[in-house]
Amino acid sequence: MSIPARTPVLGERNAVISGIGQSAVGRKLGRTGISLTVEAALAAIADAGLTRDDIDGVASYPGAMDSSPGMAPTGVPELKDALRLKVNWFSGGGEVPAQLGAVFNAVAAVSCGLANHVLVFRTVNESTAQTAGRRASVVGSGGSRIGGAMQYLVPFHAVSAANWVGMYAQRYMHQYGLQREHLGQIALNARRHAALNPRAIFRDPLTMDDYMNARMVSWPLGLYDCDIPCDGSVALIVSRADAAPDLKQVVRIESIGSALHGRDSWDQREDLTTMASHDAAKMMWSRTDLKPTDVDSAHLYDGFSYLCMQWLEALGFFPKGEAAGFLEGGESRIGLGGELPLNTNGGQLSAGRLHGYGYLHEACVQLRGEGGDRQVQGAEVSVVGAGGGPLGGCILLTKDR
Amino acid sequence: MTFQPLPMVTDDNAPFWEGGEVGELRINRCRECRTWFHPPAPVCPECLSMNVGPEVASGRAKVAAYTINVQAWSPELEAPYVLAYVELDDQPDVRLTTRLIDCAPADVRVGMPVEVTFQAAEDIWLPLFRPVKGY
Repeated sequence: MSIPARTPVLGERNAVISGIGQSAVGRKLGRTGISLTVEAALAAIADAGLTRDDIDGVASYPGAMDSSPGMAPTGVPELKDALRLKVNWFSGGGEVPAQLGAVFNAVAAVSCGLANHVLVFRTVNESTAQTAGRRASVVGSGGSRIGGAMQYLVPFHAVSAANWVGMYAQRYMHQYGLQREHLGQIALNARRHAALNPRAIFRDPLTMDDYMNARMVSWPLGLYDCDIPCDGSVALIVSRADAAPDLKQVVRIESIGSALHGRDSWDQREDLTTMASHDAAKMMWSRTDLKPTDVDSAHLYDGFSYLCMQWLEALGFFPKGEAAGFLEGGESRIGLGGELPLNTNGGQLSAGRLHGYGYLHEACVQLRGEGGDRQVQGAEVSVVGAGGGPLGGCILLTKDR
Repeated sequence: MTFQPLPMVTDDNAPFWEGGEVGELRINRCRECRTWFHPPAPVCPECLSMNVGPEVASGRAKVAAYTINVQAWSPELEAPYVLAYVELDDQPDVRLTTRLIDCAPADVRVGMPVEVTFQAAEDIWLPLFRPVKGY
């Protein structure tokens, strides 16, 4: 299978991110999904220098899902109606290349002229839903019969992504000599950066002893390998490059990786030491002249620490199988002053599970030079990757120059 | 209510979920090029023939990856338990997610030979696996 050939003018470069917004983010905020979404949406519209009437498109991931409490409380129809948006194009759903699929759809829509300014959002209120005794992350807790791919996992009591990812992590450790301490570097790094982010959830220092001594969840993944359910919403405006009103605010889209060439399955993927991230990253790099060495900050999905490591490998920051050697470097590798500042907002491990969109927001913050205490000096190129297992999508962003 | 989420049985997946009643692990196979594939689909992924259907696999497999689940996700799920991706001896790129039984968490290894054993649950039979004796 081949990847679409690079053409002189790539579609994604006709789109920019013209505005970003984030609601309050926290634990047990007791807020509804639509309330958080409207807060983030209005912030993003204002940030872009636009008004409600300028928004002519809406996209979201994964569409409203009542069956999974707090994971997707708000879909496109509810927001469109709340704001009485008059749209020319809209899209919401989960059958896309992971969380960022909604962004890719928005980029495609503005690039072919179906809309000028697309509001993209992702909202969760899992923390509040858990307080009410409902848990989205345990599949099958609804009590009904299971169809689709989940029927081959959940009846065996592989009920959580921690189980599915845990098996991948175990295999990589077996094959390449990765140790838990190496994954621990990702968790410690996230916590160090969260301390510099006033909006992060867990900001107290975390030591390697804390990490190693924490309770096990699903070997080899322990408590601090797993991210934190939270409440919050992120919105951004994807605009046609020639329709963006305030060029100072613009973040450029360099290239997108949306490929999935392996089996669309957790247990049937040909190579258990790679994930969809490897397919997506290969496509992203094929559509740009930039190289991994050009990246100033990386914002990579750490719903589990292992997934973050997979993104680092997939994107070519170290050769296949050499995660241990890379991560041993700890702060000098992935810290703020290191070779590749990683998850500068604290990631989902410490800043909360905004499900892919926290990374995107933070990459824009960095490229706009608005990171405050956690700003990466001279950040001009940032990569965002989201998803794990058969889900993966990534995007390379640049400062407007 | 016990936590035992079960599959929704359809015409496509019934042979897989019901084969355990007679002790058979039924996996889809192409009658033309003889490729095994899973989950069930109406077409061979190799030669695109639609002349496919369930056949009885050996029931032997090897552990490709495992995890020891420690978290008690639900009061009814007695942790710890061992989960694995196992690859079938018949064709190793066909894998099943399963739970290993008669296997202490400390004993599980990549490459460990295992064999199928079925656990009845309502109208289906779950293909669990256990270490091959003498291993």
